[in-house]
Parts: sequence; C-alpha cells; structure tokens
Amino acid sequence: MATIELKQVEKKFAESFAVQPLDLTINDGEFVVFLGPSGCGKTTTLRMISGLEAVTTGNIYLDGRDVTWLHPSDRDIAFVFQFFALYSHMTARQNIAFPLQAQSESRDQITKKVADVAKMLKIDHILDQKPGSLSGGDQQRVALARALVRRPAAFLMDEPLGALDAEFRESMRAEIKQLHIRQEATTVYVTHDQIEAMAMGDRIVIMSKAIVQQVGTPSDVYHNPSNLFVARFIGSPGMNLLEGQYVDGRVMLAGGSTFSIPNAYNVALNQALNDTGGKVIVGFRPEAVRVGDSGEIAAHVYADDLHGGYSMLHFELDDGVIVHGRVGRDSHHTIGTGLQFGVDPAMVRFFHPVTEQAIQPNGVHA
Amino acid sequence: MATVTSSPAPPTSNQPGYYVNYSTRVDKVGLRPRIATMVRAIIAVIIAFIMLIPVFWMGLTAFKSRPDAVSVPPTLLFQPTLEGFVSLLTDRRQLTAAELQEYQARDDLNWADELTLLRGQVIIGQSQFPRQLLNSLIISAASTFFSVTFGVLAAYAFSRFQIPGKDDLLFFILSQRMLPAVVVTIPIFLMYKEIGLHDTHFGMILLYTSFNLSFSVWLLKGFIDEIPREYEEAALVDGYTRLQAFRKVVLPQAVTGIAATTVFALIFSWNEYAFALMLTSNNARTAPPSIPEVLGTGGIEWAAIAAGSLAFLIPVVIVTFALRKHLLRGVTFGAIRKG
Repeated sequence: MATIELKQVEKKFAESFAVQPLDLTINDGEFVVFLGPSGCGKTTTLRMISGLEAVTTGNIYLDGRDVTWLHPSDRDIAFVFQFFALYSHMTARQNIAFPLQAQSESRDQITKKVADVAKMLKIDHILDQKPGSLSGGDQQRVALARALVRRPAAFLMDEPLGALDAEFRESMRAEIKQLHIRQEATTVYVTHDQIEAMAMGDRIVIMSKAIVQQVGTPSDVYHNPSNLFVARFIGSPGMNLLEGQYVDGRVMLAGGSTFSIPNAYNVALNQALNDTGGKVIVGFRPEAVRVGDSGEIAAHVYADDLHGGYSMLHFELDDGVIVHGRVGRDSHHTIGTGLQFGVDPAMVRFFHPVTEQAIQPNGVHA
Repeated sequence: MATVTSSPAPPTSNQPGYYVNYSTRVDKVGLRPRIATMVRAIIAVIIAFIMLIPVFWMGLTAFKSRPDAVSVPPTLLFQPTLEGFVSLLTDRRQLTAAELQEYQARDDLNWADELTLLRGQVIIGQSQFPRQLLNSLIISAASTFFSVTFGVLAAYAFSRFQIPGKDDLLFFILSQRMLPAVVVTIPIFLMYKEIGLHDTHFGMILLYTSFNLSFSVWLLKGFIDEIPREYEEAALVDGYTRLQAFRKVVLPQAVTGIAATTVFALIFSWNEYAFALMLTSNNARTAPPSIPEVLGTGGIEWAAIAAGSLAFLIPVVIVTFALRKHLLRGVTFGAIRKG
C-alpha cells in the first residue's frame, strides 16, 4: 500500500483551468473522498493520479516515486469506473482475471486469486455469467473484484455507486467501506453525493470550480466549513446563513432581531470586519436551533416536515429569509404562528461577506 | 368510501394494481396483438417477394433454353436445361452442315457436347469466366481486408487521440468520395498504363482499397465513437499497453461495425464495373465487365448472362449471410450502463 502525493498539480484545457494548482498528501491506508458538484475537477484529479489524464504542470508521487509521466499500467493502481467498464464479451471470471493476464501470471495462480477475491465479495456463484445478465450491484462487485485481484498500491474510484439503484447504493457503500478496512488500501474516491462522502471518507476534499475549497474530516467540514461554499454545499439542507451587522458583541440580523455572540469571536470579528463596516454572515446548522421563548430571534413558522426520527422546521424571519431548524419529532407547530428561537452559541460560525471565508475565533488558525 | 359499482373505471397507469402485459409468450399474448403480428409478417413477405422477383426471374432464366428465355409471353413452366451454364463456361465454334453430321454420328460425346450440338455448335475450350470470377474474389477480398484493417486503425486514432487538424483531415478523407468516380477513370487509366499497374491485381486492389478506405474510416469512426473509453482505460490501468487494449477490448466491441463495413466494402469492390472495364483486359479482368461479354455474336445469350449473374451473386450472399448476426446493431453493447 502506498501514499499518494500531489505537488502543485494543475490541469488546463485550452487555457481554462480544470484543476487549479493543488497540493495534497494522501496517507497510507487512508480513504480520501473528493466531493464537489459536477465539473469541479474532482474526476480530472483522479484521472491524473491514474495517468489516464496527463498533468499540465506539477508532480505526482506514489510512495515517494515520481509517477507523473508514467503510463497508467506502470503505476500499480486500480481504477473503478462509474459505469463499471466490464467487458461484455467476457464472463465475470474472465473480467476479473483480465488484469492478472497482463502480468502473465501462471494459470493456477490466476484461478486461485480469482476464487479468493470472488469469495471475499460473495460473487462465486455468478463467475460464469456475462456482465449483461447481472444486476447493477453484482456488476459493480465484479468491477471491484477486478480492481482488488491485483492487490494494487492504491484504489481510485470514480463515482462507483453513481449508476446503482438507491437500494443497492446503501449496501454497496457499506461493502466498499468494509473492504477498505480489511484491505487497509489507500483509496481515493470521487463522488458528488455528500452522504457518501460523509459516511465513507477518513478525509474529504471539497472542490468547486477547479479549486480545493477545504480538506478535512467529515466532522470538520460539517462543523467548521472554511467558506460559504462548503457551508452551503455540506448538509441537507445546508447551513443557515443570515446577513447581520456586528456591533459590540452583538449581531443584529436584517430582520431586526439581535443576539449575543460567543466571547471568543469578539476580537476576531472586530479585526476581520473592519473593512465591511461590521457586516457579517452568520451561519449555523439546523441542529443548532433552539426553539423557545427565551430565544432572541423572532420568526413565524413557514413549514414543518416530519422526517421520521425528527422534524425539520422552516421559519420565516421578518425580512423573508427562511431558516431551517431541526427539532424533535413530537413538537408540532401550526404554520403561520409566531415563535422565538435561539442558536446554540457553540455552534455559530461567522463568514466574511466579501471574501466568503470563515472567520476563526481567537486562538484558532485555519 | 369506495363503493362497488357495476362498471369500475378503467385503471390508469399511475394507480397501483395497474398491470401491463409485457410478456412475449405466445400463450400470454392476446388475440389482437397476434393478428397485428401476422399482418405485419404478411406485409413483410409481400415486400420481400416484390424485391426478390428480379432475382427469382434471373434464377429461372439461367435454366432456360434459348427459345424459352425469349418467348413472349414469358414461360414459368419449362424444361430446365444447363445450356446457359455451358455457354457461360465454354468457348464454342459454329459447325458447318457437314461437320454437324459428322459430329452427330460420334458416340464419344459427353452431355455438354450434346447440348451444344443441339445448337449446331462444338465446344472448343474453357471460357475465361471462372478465371475472371476468381480475379473478382482475389481483388475484392484483398481490397476489403486492407480497407477495413487500415480503416479501423485510422478510425480508432481519429476517435481517441488529439490529432492536429483532425477535422480538416476527416473532411479531406470524406472529400475523396465527393467526385463521381467515373470522372477520374481516364486519368487513372493513363496513370496506370504509365506506371505498369494496368491490368494487374495489385493495381485493382490498390484502387478499390483507396476507394473504400474513406468510407470505412467514417463508418468505423462512428462505431468506435460509441464504445465508451472506459473500456480501454480500464485495460490501460490494469497493465495493458495501448495496442493490447485496442486488440483485446476495442476490437471485440467493434465487431458489429467491422462486419457492416466489411459487407459494404466487399459489395462495392465486388460490383465495381466502370474501372474494371477500363483498367483490366486479360490478366486481371473481374467478373462484372465480363458478364456482358458473353452477349455473343449470334444473338443475346440471356441464359448465359443469367447464369453468370447467378454465379456472381453467390459469394456476396454467403458473406452477408455469415455476418448477418453482427449487422443487427447493438448486439454486443451490454455492460456499460448509461445512468
């Protein structure tokens, strides 16, 4: 298994950036997820690591070895494609054996390795079928088996669950995670599905418009988004973001409500908001919302959806902005009624309205 | 508050319980679809019959005697004879009355001799036709092989690689087909005369290959464009070189296109008449310009012409039949799912 290191890797297509210069080190055995909307450069990055796409500038190291200009077949990596890319003219067994034949292994070795990996993925019974007759989940298992059978230094997966039905997706997610844990294989996984990213990644690399927006653990990118894009993109719904005016330890929201902010932020906000005249963007997750008469913000109920285990309450502030709050499933609110709510001070985040970057509290440096 | 009424409203497709019969089992298909299928089959048979009448007539004529072939009204029922085939495959000489009597007295004649004798002729040797048919086979097979081989390589390159001036090159290749071929027969005739390619197999193979190549590049590019790149990319990552990936992954997927291109190229070079007439004489003459040559001097030998056409038809029919499975598109496209 291996570390993957990207140094100032960039990709241009006809003068426009597909990937802006990017630095990243993926540790041995780590599961890193590239997450972002389509066209953000995540797949291009993955393809550059695999060698299917040439870098414009920069270097890629696999276990310290510079592989930037090596042919894909010389990199000892496996690639799992979104649409499986199984060869329809071969049986599942032949598909799995295909990479081993490239290394001209003995027939006995190949038979044994194929049997081992098929057993691990529980596809022994379908080995003699052609891909066309298999279900989506089984096709993807065969594709995974083809990647695993060679025991490569790293796995690259490009939306491997994207083509599956929802019911398969959930179980395959667990299977891939389980495989990763057993194999301790360095894995780079590309997806546009944040649930997948949060559930599977040791670390998430969030990309947008060819730029890496944030690299962090799932909890990190969820609770401490580094900018407004991440705050909006992660979570469903995303973070509540309200325009406010910072004045001496309090923030006045556009609708007129004010609320006090945690002390740790005072100095930082004072410094950061010098050039905006105190304008700030306040962010908090739906689960930071505390409904109750002691709350400092006035709103009225806009909608109330029961999600089974909890309810998602949507409030409309006086200026028409909608705020989402997660509340217990037993709380019932009539649409249109006014109420007060507060925000858990520990869960409030602040963003600069112009640079859109997060403002870190004192003593914390991004 | 559901109440049972005597005539419930017909279910609509978004109601649960609505059932559409997608089965193709004969015992499950209703009467009306079965009649529709039968009607369609009957129409298809009628159209096929109309299309096949000329071929059928040609087949009949090949076995007709001379009077039967030209009789008005045409005869459907007649005494079949191999006269046409004999005149196609032999060279004959008209006998004088004295010679005729002498020949009729001989008893060492075989059935073909007897047959020609009925027309007052004697067989003096084999005709050129079998050799010309063989020429046709050699030239068409070779030119088809080369145009498909080069075509598939060029089409792959055009489909997958960034080539400077790719669009211009493709247009240039297409433009090879824009000029009516007949326009260049004279220049090519003069060129071939000059460089010694006239009436050679190599010259004809070269000519037909270059004619077919532009067509085969375009046709095959369409097919290869439709093969997702992931197939080769998977092979590349799995440790194969580009050429290995092409051979093991792309070629099997492109079988449909290759088969279709093969049939088209073969039919073109097999049928080509104008150039063959101009550029070949004795050595490399192909079948198409030779069939009219059996026209003969003593009136039109319809039976011989029909027999020649029939023989000429057979190789193409065999190849087309052998490849018919691949000619139906989409048979091999399977395991890439388009989300």
